[in-house]
This record gives sequence, structure tokens and C-alpha cells, in this order.
Amino acid sequence: MSATAVTAAVTATAAATTVTTGGALPGEEYDVTVVGAGVVGSAIARELARLPLRIALVDASDDVGNGTSKANTAILHTGFDAVPGSLESRLVREGHRLLSSYAADSGIPVEPLGALLVAWDEEQRAALPGLADKAVRNGYRAARIAPAEEVRAREPELGPGVLGALDVPGESVICPWTTTLAYATQAVRAGVALHLNCRVQHITPGDVHTLATSRGPLRTRYLVNAAGLYADEIDRLLGHADFTVTPRRGQLIVFDELARGLVRHILLPVPGALGKGVLVSPTVYGNVMLGPTAEDLDDKTDTGSTAEGLALLREKGRRILPALLDEEVTAVYAGLRAATGDEDYAIRAHPAQRYVTVGGIRSTGLTASMAIAAHVVELLADGGLPMAGARDLEPVRMPNLGEAFPRPYRDAELIARDPEYGRIVCHCERVTRGEIRDALAATVPPGSLDGLRRRTRARGGRCQGFHCGAAVRALFEEARR
Amino acid sequence: MNRDRTVDVLVVGAGPAGLALAARLATAGAGHVEVLEREEDAGGVPRHCHHGGFGGPVRPWLTGPAYARRAVRAAVEAGAAVRTGVTATGWAGALSLETTGPAGPERITGRAVVLATGARERPRSARLVPGSRPAGVLTTGELQQAVHLYGQDVGRRAVVVGAEPVARHAVRTLRRAGAEVVAVVTERSRGTAVPGVPLLTATTVGELRGRGRLSGVAVRHEDGRSGVLACDTVVFTGDWIPDHELARRGGVTLDPGTRGPSVDASFRTSVPGVFAVGNALHGVEPAATAAAAGAAAAAPVLARLSGAPWPEPGPRLTVRAPLLWVAPNRLTNLTDLTDLAGRPLLLRSGEPLTNPVVTAAQDGRLLWRRRHPGRVPPSRSLRLAPGWTYRVDRAGGPVVLGLG
Repeated sequence: MSATAVTAAVTATAAATTVTTGGALPGEEYDVTVVGAGVVGSAIARELARLPLRIALVDASDDVGNGTSKANTAILHTGFDAVPGSLESRLVREGHRLLSSYAADSGIPVEPLGALLVAWDEEQRAALPGLADKAVRNGYRAARIAPAEEVRAREPELGPGVLGALDVPGESVICPWTTTLAYATQAVRAGVALHLNCRVQHITPGDVHTLATSRGPLRTRYLVNAAGLYADEIDRLLGHADFTVTPRRGQLIVFDELARGLVRHILLPVPGALGKGVLVSPTVYGNVMLGPTAEDLDDKTDTGSTAEGLALLREKGRRILPALLDEEVTAVYAGLRAATGDEDYAIRAHPAQRYVTVGGIRSTGLTASMAIAAHVVELLADGGLPMAGARDLEPVRMPNLGEAFPRPYRDAELIARDPEYGRIVCHCERVTRGEIRDALAATVPPGSLDGLRRRTRARGGRCQGFHCGAAVRALFEEARR
Repeated sequence: MNRDRTVDVLVVGAGPAGLALAARLATAGAGHVEVLEREEDAGGVPRHCHHGGFGGPVRPWLTGPAYARRAVRAAVEAGAAVRTGVTATGWAGALSLETTGPAGPERITGRAVVLATGARERPRSARLVPGSRPAGVLTTGELQQAVHLYGQDVGRRAVVVGAEPVARHAVRTLRRAGAEVVAVVTERSRGTAVPGVPLLTATTVGELRGRGRLSGVAVRHEDGRSGVLACDTVVFTGDWIPDHELARRGGVTLDPGTRGPSVDASFRTSVPGVFAVGNALHGVEPAATAAAAGAAAAAPVLARLSGAPWPEPGPRLTVRAPLLWVAPNRLTNLTDLTDLAGRPLLLRSGEPLTNPVVTAAQDGRLLWRRRHPGRVPPSRSLRLAPGWTYRVDRAGGPVVLGLG
């Protein structure tokens, strides 16, 4: 077998950690296996890691957070616009509180910018009071309607025709990549086995379920399905047909960091009869994001952008923030959301099978992830999973990718201790050799240059590798030799 | 090392323009001339251009790396301090830059600051080319570094996008790395063919395909024909844009045509004490042109050091389509033609021109009109003799260059 089984024994913080990327799976029988290492699956694995159990987290791709989670709109929501009384409403509200606190402790960048839902026509203005009421019914009381003059004063670059806005001061932007990675890192350090490049192909239910995977059989007593776009297919392998996932593509344009000064808040669309509209939002990396489109597709792998989609975004963006369109585009990407046609999450327990499905998690899933995890573990406990011996996890501290927080290249003390943090490799994003070295040696190392970008921002800037691409690739390939 | 220092001239960027200027200034006794280069090696883009043509008519065989070494040596031997691995990350004051490097952050103030930050090719994303985001999508800059500096594999079958001379260099680099070049694709109606490579003119790249690795490039001819070129590598060439981040963060006014700092013929920007030279002003001219401009900036920088005032900018120089840009962008000191020092204005067109008649007008008044025999491709600048600029009314409106 040519595949390389990588079992890393890493770091001074803990005992040996297990992250495998190839070869046959270890023959171990697990108490709980989580299928899908996106933001939700990783959060569940982290929550389970408190228990003295054998836990596995498996994913079909070569990295955590490599599906829907990586192409999120990156907003830490208050849940003001959820369907009141829904599971999503409750979990987003709880998740917002949990993740806000976890992010502060773990070094996940969050910028509390606040959101403005800008009304551009009478229909949208008429919808604002209803949205304000809905916010209250979702337990969020800080939303208020701001008149047009105030909106223009707070966002001077907005296009003409603003009629007012709903001001939602509690909305923030967050780094979705670091969030997923922090969960996975903490889980792995606490003993969770992470198996990547491991696609679940078939399941034989039993007292101990046997999962046939692309890397051989995996045996587990309990099973959590957090497979995102594929959650319906995993469900069907266990005889359930509660929902069907329709991939909904969202294309996004990321503008140059030089555009960051054009916008101060998250500019959300007012949902209306003609669909949800697009948002303009700063990112924690200092860019400005425009999107997403919403296109229902059949193909769960079609994450390509289209000429029509980009033209539509530019047209809408020109109305919202005209000067944005004069700025250079740094990146274009598309994510697929796991739409189910239902207005709520599809989280279902099947106690007889010792199985929980976590389906229909939409873009709010990033915010709700920790609350979803706690909810799922309760469902597992109801199904008989022993909860005895729970402990606190070792805190994790992630490298900062946020522009609003200190970065290594300007940290004199850090550079004095280790000059590698003063050697910038990726100039657009100011990423140093020290940070790249750390990411390559981390508990959950990247499986590709894109994975390295999500951990460091290297190659993620305006030149897209013109200046640094070959140098970053050389460091990556050297580390994997 | 002192974390807060003052030098006489601080040059940002050790490419052809910055090095030529530093050499000239150091020779002229400008005092402490310091050049900051963020890369590990000085020399700029020529470092990874492994083809000849850098020596001009005198030494046509000179390659980019050899040229870069000579330029670095000349600056150092003249007495300039060329510091590599040091990045100017922002401004701490009008003429003060924040820098970082392995020795830690510093704040360096120059009596004059010169931006010589060069240009880059716009990547696929900035060109809004739709499709998937596979590996194997490069610019010429990344390709050349991958092959010539790191010996990396760049794939088997490649498509090159663009018709500027840099596309030919991309073809050559790909072949040298063992890749077959399937086609050169350009939106323009003509381009320079490379022997053995199909040239697809009037053709746009509609979509990139492939997951993980690029599998093909969908192309469309303006007559409606379309198809997919199977390939594992695509190189987007040309379409240069000045690296203007530092200029913008310093509040330096940019020219809308060049997207580089707006300068007068003495390379003075809108910020007193801040000059800009070379391909940071416009993308792009050959290394020799950038170096000549850098050297020509020495006189106005020296004048600044000796206390010459920073003049009010004169009228703007602008262009009408299909012209893209003109440099310089302002006409200052019109009574003093040494301002232009007899150097030509550079004028760039977005379309190929044949025997163009160039006109200059101000406030509706025709100042000048001249036919320029020959063909001018969009990758080359037309050089206009500056003699007519004495007719410009310094108090008047913008001077507009057009085709008559």
C-alpha cells in the first residue's frame, strides 16, 4: 500500500494525538463517530471530547472545514431574524453567546461591527417594523429602526436612495476557518481521532455499526451524521428519508483590503418578495465581501462561479456601495449551502440506532455550532451514551488571522525571541515564515496550499501568488517531505 | 539597532528603478541613501526573468538575473545601503515608514521618500474569470519563480492567456519546465505568435474547470465558436497594475489611468517629499526604461534635499479612449523645461495604433498635433517629445491627449 498513514505525536501540551490522512484506518472500535468535520461536526467532536470515550471524527476531504464551512459569509449572528420558536432560533441565540465567549478565549478573531438592514424601496422600509418585532420574539431587544439621515451619516459611501435601516448592533464578523480549526484542534488534543480523506460509502447497522469507508471499515457504537451536503445520503444508508439536501450555491466576491475603508457595518439585505438579496460585509481579514447569490443546483460538487452570478453581484453591489466596484477583486468563490426546503434545522435522534442526524444546517450553523454540539450530545445521552466522567478541556489558543488584532509581523518582542516572525513571505497579507512554519507543524496540519491559506492567509491576498506563490509552495512541500 | 531612525533618502523597492536612483543619489553625495527590499534578494522582477534583452542594444544577451546583480552591485558600490528582507508596512508620519524584518519593527524617516514598489500582473480573480478554483492557475510572475527560483513542477499541458511580450516569456518558461503549451489565448485581434503554439485571437477565457487540479479552460471566439482546451496549467500574463498599496495608505493621489501615484515630470507625488518612480507609476515598461526613470529622478530628489520648494501641481494630463494613460500625470514648472529634462511623455493605448495622430488640447484649445508613423501595439508606449508643453496654460484646465 502506497498510502501514508500519518499518526502524529505532537506538542508538549498533551499525549500523542491522532490525525490520519491515508492508509487503512486503525482497527479500533469507537464509542462515537462523527461523520463530517465541518464547523458543526468539529464542534460536536469537541463537545464529546470531554467524555472518557473513544471518539472518531471522519471527513471525506483532506482537511477540516473544507466543504460548506469554508465558504461561509462569516457572520456571528444574533439570531434576530430566525423563525421565532424554532430550534434554529434557540440554538443560534445560545450559540452566539457560547461562541462569542469561546472566540475571546481561543483567539478567534471577531469584530463587533453591528449590522444595518438597509431599505432601498418602500416595500423594504415597510418590512422594517415587522423585522424589529421578530427580533424581540427571538429574544433580541437591541434592534431599532434608524432613519435615512442616520444611516447615511453612519455609512457615507452608500448609494443613493436609502430610505432607512434596521440597526442590529449585536451582529459581528468572525473567522470561520479558525473557528472550525480551533474545535478540531481541541478535540484532537483531547484524544479524538481525526481521519481525513475518509469517505463513508456504506453502513451496516448493528450493536456496533460498521462503516465501510474509502479507507476500510470503521466500527462504532454511536454515530453522528454531520455530513452537511451529504447528510441526506448518510441518513438513507441507515434507512431514513426525512429530508433531501438541495445544494444552494452562493457566489461571493472578495474585494481588496484597500476597500475596507468604504464600509463600517455589515450591510444586510432586507428580505422581501424578490428573495433575500445580497450583503456587503467587511471580513476579519480586512477585505470587503459582496454576496451571496442563491442558486438551487443538483450537483453537490459544483462550487464554481459563473459569469451571470458575478454580473448579478456586481450589479447589486453597485447599488449598495458604488465605490466598491472600482476596487480590485482579491478572490471569487462559491459555497454550497445545505438547503432542505424546511425553515428549520433537521436535527433528529434515532435512539434505537444510537444515531443522531444533524441536517439542514444553513449559514447560521457557524454561529450555532457550539449550541448544536451541546444539543446533540444531550440527544446522544438520551439514547444511552454514558455521560460519566466529563472533564474540562485544555484551553486552546489559535494564531490570530484578524486584522483588528495584533499580528506577528509588528510584534517586536515576538520577533526578538524568534526572527522568523519578522520574515514576511506573503507580502499582501503580511504572513511570516514563523506563522507558516507553525501551521505546518500544528496539531491539525493543512493538507493543501488552500488549507495553509485558511490557517495563515498566505497566498490569500491581492496578488494571489504573483509575488509569494512559489515561495509558500516551497515551504509547504518541504514540510511534507 | 535604533528603532527610530532618520536617513536622507528612503527608497522603497530594490528593483531596476529604485536601484538606479539609489546608485545615482549615493554617487552624487546625497548622504545616507537606504533602499528597502521586502524580498530576500534585491533586484526586483528581473531576478526571475531568465531571458536576454536586459542589456539594451549594447549587451543584448544580458539576462534578468545578471542585470539584477549588476544593478544591486552598482547601488552598493556607490554607497547606498540596500537592505533585503525588510518590508515597509505602513506610514508613521508624512515621511516616516513603519518597517519590519527579522531584526524587528522600525520607524524610518527620510528627508525624501521614494516609492519604487513596481507592478504585478492581475490574477485570475481580479479578471473575474469564472469557474472552479483548482490548483494550476498562475501568473507569469509565479510561474517564473516556481521554475527558475525553486525548480518546481508546473504541469504537463498549459494554456497561456495574453498577447503582451510577457506571454512569450511564459511560453518559454513553461517549455523549459517540460510542459507542452497547448495554446496562447488573447482577446485582442492580433498577437505575436510563438512558433509551434496555436495563437487563438479574439478569444476570451469563459471558465476554468477541474476540481483539485485544473482540467481545462473553456474558451469562446468572438464569432461564437467555443470549446474547451484540456490542460492542467493556465498562466494569466500581462494586465499589469502598479503595486500601489503603500502609496494609497500614505494618502498619495493616484492617477485613474495608470492606477499608480500621480506624478509630475520630476516624479513628485501629491505628498510633499514623496516621489515615485519606475513601474509603480504604470504597468509596465522594460527594466531599462524603469532604470532610466529612476536615474532621472535623482536631480529632483537632490533638489528636494537642498531645500527646493514643493511646487503646487500644475494642470492634470489626461487621455481620451482608446488611450489608456499618459505619464507623467501633471505638468508642473512649465516655464522650466528642465523639469521634463527633455524626456518623452509615455502614452499607452488600449488598442493597436497605426500611424496615429496624437493631439493635445486644453480647455478646448488645440495645443499640439502630430502624426507618429508606424505601428504601436498596446504593450508598448508611444514616446511623445515634450517640446509642446510650454504652450500649456498653467492656470488652465486638464490637458487632454487624444487621437486626431
